[in-house]
Amino acid sequence: MFTSVDDVLARLAEAGYLASPAVATTVFLADRLGKPLLVEGPAGVGKTELAKAVAQVAGARLVRLQCYEGVDESRALYEWNHAKQLLRISAGRDETWDEARTDIFSEEFLLPRPLLTAIRGNDPKVLLIDETDKADVEVEGLLLEVLSDFQVTVPELGTVTASRRPFVVLTSNATRELSEALRRRCLFLHIGFPDAELERRIVRLKVPGIDAALAESVVRVVGALRAMDLRKAPSVAETVDWARTLLALGAGTLDEAVVRDSLGVILKHQDDILKAEAKLDLDAV
Amino acid sequence: MNATADLTARLTGLVDALRAHGVRIGTGETVDAARATRELGLADRESLREGLAATLLHTTGQRPVFDAVFDLYFPRRVGAPEGRTDPADRAALRERLAAALAADDTALMARLAMEAVDGFGGYGSSPASDGWSSYQTLDRLRPQTLLARVRDEVRARDGAAGFGDRLLEDEIRRRIEEFRRMVAAEARRRVAERRDRDEIARRAVAPTADRVDFLFAGKDRLAELRRTVQPLARKLATRLAARRRRAARGSIDLRRTLRGSLSTGGVPMRPVLRRRRPARPELVLLCDVSGSVSGFSDFTMLLVQALHDQFGKVRVFAFVNRIDEVTGLLVHGAADPDGLGARIRGEAAVTGWHGSSDYGAALGEFTERYAGAVGSRTTVFVLGDARTNMGDPNLPALGELGRRARRVHWLNPEPRSRWGTGDSAALEYAGLVGMHECRTVRQLSDLIGRLLPV
Ligand SMILES: Nc1ncnc2c1ncn2[C@@H]1O[C@H](COP(=O)(O)OP(=O)(O)OP(=O)(O)O)[C@@H](O)[C@H]1O
Ligand SMILES: [Mg+2]
Repeated sequence: MFTSVDDVLARLAEAGYLASPAVATTVFLADRLGKPLLVEGPAGVGKTELAKAVAQVAGARLVRLQCYEGVDESRALYEWNHAKQLLRISAGRDETWDEARTDIFSEEFLLPRPLLTAIRGNDPKVLLIDETDKADVEVEGLLLEVLSDFQVTVPELGTVTASRRPFVVLTSNATRELSEALRRRCLFLHIGFPDAELERRIVRLKVPGIDAALAESVVRVVGALRAMDLRKAPSVAETVDWARTLLALGAGTLDEAVVRDSLGVILKHQDDILKAEAKLDLDAV
Repeated sequence: MNATADLTARLTGLVDALRAHGVRIGTGETVDAARATRELGLADRESLREGLAATLLHTTGQRPVFDAVFDLYFPRRVGAPEGRTDPADRAALRERLAAALAADDTALMARLAMEAVDGFGGYGSSPASDGWSSYQTLDRLRPQTLLARVRDEVRARDGAAGFGDRLLEDEIRRRIEEFRRMVAAEARRRVAERRDRDEIARRAVAPTADRVDFLFAGKDRLAELRRTVQPLARKLATRLAARRRRAARGSIDLRRTLRGSLSTGGVPMRPVLRRRRPARPELVLLCDVSGSVSGFSDFTMLLVQALHDQFGKVRVFAFVNRIDEVTGLLVHGAADPDGLGARIRGEAAVTGWHGSSDYGAALGEFTERYAGAVGSRTTVFVLGDARTNMGDPNLPALGELGRRARRVHWLNPEPRSRWGTGDSAALEYAGLVGMHECRTVRQLSDLIGRLLPV
C-alpha cells in the first residue's frame, strides 16, 4: 500500500491528515506487517480521522464498527433477518420444513454487520473499530477471534475466510484497559497532543484563510492551557474549533477580551475556565 | 561483530531490559520488532524508535521506560563529540544554549546537551572520566538561570506587546525542563557506554509509576501517583459497572416470559430476564496513617473517594493508635491531595500519648465507638502493615468486625515474605480475614477491581 514512511506522510497529507513521524511510521508498519493498529489517546487528537484518511489514500472502502455499551454479535458480526424469514415461511405453505430451512438460512436472509462485511469480498477495505473501550469485555473475545484468523463461521452457511485482509484500525480512549490478548494482536500507537509546529500546520490546513500569526498565537495559548493540569485539556479538535471561531469573529490577533470571551470554545468545565482565567491574568468582568 | 549480529544483540538486550522492568513481551512481539527494523532500516533513529515501540509495547504507561532503555541500546552516536568543551567555555556554552532556548530549537538543544555532559559531566581522572553525572553538568551550567535572559531576548525580537507575552516565561521554563531531561538521558547513555549497558538498563531507569513500591516511593513519586487517581478511578468504575451488569443479568423470569408470550399465541419467544436491583453496597475504610505507610493509605483513600459515587455510602477512618473519622476531610481533600496527609494528622485525633501505631488499640476503639458504621451490607478494608510495635494485636476486635461486616479485606503494603517478621502481626490477622499483598498501584488496582463489592 505504501512504499516508505515518507510516502505515508505525503499521501496522508494529501488526504488532509497531517501525521507525526510516529503516526506515519506505525501506519507504514501496520501495512507491512499486516497487523491491526490499536490507536490510543485522548479525545479529539485525530484517531478516527486517521482511519478515514488511510481509507481515502488506499482507495479502500471504510467499514466502521462503532462500539458502545451493549454492542453485541448481532450488531458487530451478522444477524438473520427474522422478519424476512417469517414472511418466507408463511409464503411457502406447502413445502417441507427441511426445504424451507435450507432456504431461509441462505445468503439472501443474512444481514452482514461490519466485521463480516470487512472480510468478505475482494475490494480493499479499512475496518475501523471505533471506541473499542466502550464495548463490553465479551465483544473483545469476538474481535480477538476475527482479528486472529480473519475468518468468521456462520453455522448455517459455513466459514467465510478473508481473501483479502482489511487494514484494521482500533481506537480507544483508554477509559478501560483492553485485554492483554487483544493488545498483543495489534501494533500499538499512542497519539498525544501534537507539537506546536505540527499543530500550527493542522490549524492552517483545517481553517484556510487564517493568518499565520493568529494560528501561532492560538497554538501557544492552547499549549499553555495543556500545561495547566485541567480537568479536560483542550485537544486538536478544540484548537481547530477555536481558530474557526476567531476567524468568524473577525479577530485579527489575540487580546485579553477576545480570549476571555471565547474561552468556552476550548474549555468545557467551569472550574477549568476559572483556573485558566486566573493563570492567564484575564481580569474577570 | 558483524552488523546483523550486533543488531540482534542490541534488540535482545533491549527486550530483556524491558522485561526486567515488567513490560511483558512475548516471542511474537520480538519477531515483529525484528521485522520492523528490517522494514524501516537503521538510518532514521527516531523512526526506528517508533517502530520498536509500536511492536513491543502495549500501553502508554510503558513508554517512558522504553524511551530511556532505547537510548541506551540505540544511542544517538557512540563516542564523544570532537574536541572536548574546555571548562573555560562555560560562558560560551550558556550563550549558545540561551540562543537555542530563545529559538525553541530542540535539535540544537539536544546537541548542546551532549556537549554539556561531555564538558562538565565527567568526574574522576579525565580525560577518560570514571563516570558521567547529569547532576554535576546541570549544577555547573545552571540552565534555569537563563530564564530572564532568554525572555528578554525573545521580547527584543518579537516585542512585548502581544497576548503571547504573558505565556512566554512558562514556555521557556518548559524548554529548560526539556533540556534537563536531555542532559539526564545523555549522561545515562555515557555511563552505559563505559559500564555494562545491561546492568544500567536494569537499575538506572526509573520503573513505571504503577510499579513503584509504595513504601519506597519518594515525595515526587507519590505526587506523580496521586495524579493517576482520577484516570484509575474512571477505569475501575467501568470495570465495576461491568461486574454489576453481569451480576444483575440474573435468571429467567418465568411468569413474565409466559405473560409476554400471549402475543405470540402462547409460544414463549422472548425470555424475560429477572432484573436484580440490589441496593448499592457500603464501604468502610480503616487506614493506618502513621509515617511508615502513609503514602499507601493516602493514595488508597483518594482512590476510594474518587469512586464514592459507586457506593451507597463510604466512610473513612484513620488511625495511628487512636481512631477518628476523616470522611469529611477527604471529601474536601480531593482538591488538595498533596496536603491531605498533613491535614488528617493535624485535624483528626489519631494519636494518643505516643506516636507509633497500635493496631490493637485502634481496632478496639473502632468496634466500641463506631459500632453502627458496620452492618451486613458493609465491606471493610483495613489498610496497613500490621506492625503493632509489640502491642497486643487485639484479635477479638478484628474477629468481631469480621462477623458483623459482609466482608473484611486487609491490604498490606509489605511484601508477603516480611509478614510476621519482627513486630508484624500480619499472619495472626491473616488467620481471621483475607490479607492481600498490595505494594504497588498495579496491585492495588487489581485488588480493588476484584474485591470491591458491586
Ligand atoms: N493530524 C491531524 N491532521 C488533520 N486533522 C486533524 C489531525 N488531528 C486531529 N485533527 C482534527 O481533529 C478533529 C478530531 O479528530 P477525531 O474525531 O479523529 O478525534 P478522535 O481522536 O477520534 O477523538 P475521539 O476520541 O473523541 O473519538 C478532526 O475532525 C480533525 O479536524
Ligand atoms: Mg473518534
